[in-house]
Amino acid sequence: MNQLVSLQLKNVSRSFGEVDVLRRISLEISRGEFVAVVGPSGCGKTTLLNLLSGYDRPTSGTIESSGRRRMIYQQDGLFPWLTVNENIGLGLRQLHGEREREGAVTDLLRLIRLEGFERHYPHQLSGGMRQRVELARALAGESDILLMDEPFSALDYLTRMQMRRELARILAERPRTVVLVTHDIEEAAQLADRVVVLSERPAQIRDQLRIAAPRPRNLTDDEVVQAIHRILTVLGIEHEPERATEMERTL
Amino acid sequence: MKWKAIVLPIVVAAALLAVWAGVWATGAFHESAFPSPLAVARGFGEEMRSGRLLNDSITSLFRVVCGFLLAVGVGVPGGLWLGQVLAARLAFLPIINFFRNLSPLAWMPFAILWFGVGDAASIFLIFLSVFFPIVLSTMAAVANIPAVYFRVAEDYGLHGRERLTQVTLPAIMPQVITTLRVTAGLAWLVVVAAEMIAGRDGLGFAVMDSRNGLRTDLLVTAMIAIGLIGIVIDRVLVQLTKIPSVRWGYDR
Ligand SMILES: Nc1ncnc2c1ncn2[C@@H]1O[C@H](COP(=O)(O)OP(=O)(O)OP(=O)(O)O)[C@@H](O)[C@H]1O
Ligand SMILES: [Mg+2]
Repeated sequence: MNQLVSLQLKNVSRSFGEVDVLRRISLEISRGEFVAVVGPSGCGKTTLLNLLSGYDRPTSGTIESSGRRRMIYQQDGLFPWLTVNENIGLGLRQLHGEREREGAVTDLLRLIRLEGFERHYPHQLSGGMRQRVELARALAGESDILLMDEPFSALDYLTRMQMRRELARILAERPRTVVLVTHDIEEAAQLADRVVVLSERPAQIRDQLRIAAPRPRNLTDDEVVQAIHRILTVLGIEHEPERATEMERTL
Repeated sequence: MKWKAIVLPIVVAAALLAVWAGVWATGAFHESAFPSPLAVARGFGEEMRSGRLLNDSITSLFRVVCGFLLAVGVGVPGGLWLGQVLAARLAFLPIINFFRNLSPLAWMPFAILWFGVGDAASIFLIFLSVFFPIVLSTMAAVANIPAVYFRVAEDYGLHGRERLTQVTLPAIMPQVITTLRVTAGLAWLVVVAAEMIAGRDGLGFAVMDSRNGLRTDLLVTAMIAIGLIGIVIDRVLVQLTKIPSVRWGYDR
């Protein structure tokens, strides 16, 4: 596999018994690229991430990856019996030396702007703060690939918007290859270099869109609005303007 | 708010005492069947001076602690094993359910036949009464640990022993502590019943002995001691719920 490629799927299919979930997915994700995967609920997005993380194996096809992979789960994945410090410390277990680890945790706390909360337990934090701790834990110890499964879907709208900014900022400081699964199309358009749109189950890649604008992007930036429109069009929810005018003409 | 928590219970206790004294004053019950508060206070003083109340309390507590620790020591590891191994669950669950629904007091005759009258019989009965709830609750707690915790454990390199001590045990701790509180109360109920029949000392024996001696004042004295020590046991175990790493199981 090419040095510049982080993850590579060739003709990957996955079925559970009779149920075909993923069908012949081919995808190449470059080092440092931010790919968002959108698709209808139940189409197989989590299944795809489980394959990418190595937790699950494809029924057919091959997957290659280079680098340490870390997953942020759809469910709350912080250990509630550990403090913020200890949770982040989990990501640093391979680091030797108390000093080194403490230094790394302090840096990560500053990165996620949670200084002063190191001794708090997850249940004492807000949803957005918990997600930032998950992010810090996944970034710790020089991971290379972040796999995120709808990390912000449990947050309220405003917090979600803030978390997008935070994620863009954090990634600017600690670049990673990212695969973000979401059904929030705005989120995909605002964050990703490339958006992969999956079809209903059995999921196939329906379309891929590149968004070249640099991050951080405003939700109302022209590129973002256009991207949202394009994704919605691929999903068959919005129509091309020409067709709209056509419809008006026929009326 | 604070003063209410102190004053109100005192008012209720005083009212109860007044009702007791009032009923006694009507003379509806014979003196030998219904002691006056004053007689109980005198009996209490007598028992304290002779040291019998203290000895009986220590004896009963000793038995409860032994039976309880034995049950925790076997029950929690047993529950962990059952929670993790499906075959073990299939094999043992029916028989555990059978014994759980069998009142431990039904074992009383065997307890006396096997162990005679004394510590061992009571400890055996306490063990039987709390072992099964502890096993079952630990097992359920293990089975209910969200799968995502084990995924995370795997991702961050926690396997085998580390997984047990750093994930499984802390994940079930809040529920185990709740079970310990409930079963400790159960053990305290059982020790009194056990000692009434299979004891030559202890608070349960004090109850029986007072009845046989027609000393209802000493009977009430023993009852008061039993109730108060029960409260103290729970207060002590409540402290476990204040450990910071288990708070998440209670503040929701
Ligand atoms: N271990 C499994 N065994 C059997 N079927 C499974 C398994 N895992 C997933 N599936 C099936 O695969 C399909 C896709 O599931 P998946 O969790 O990947 O969807 P998703 O796109 O992540 O959905 P959501 O948006 O709701 O999170 C579902 O129909 C599900 O029933
Ligand atoms: Mg999913």
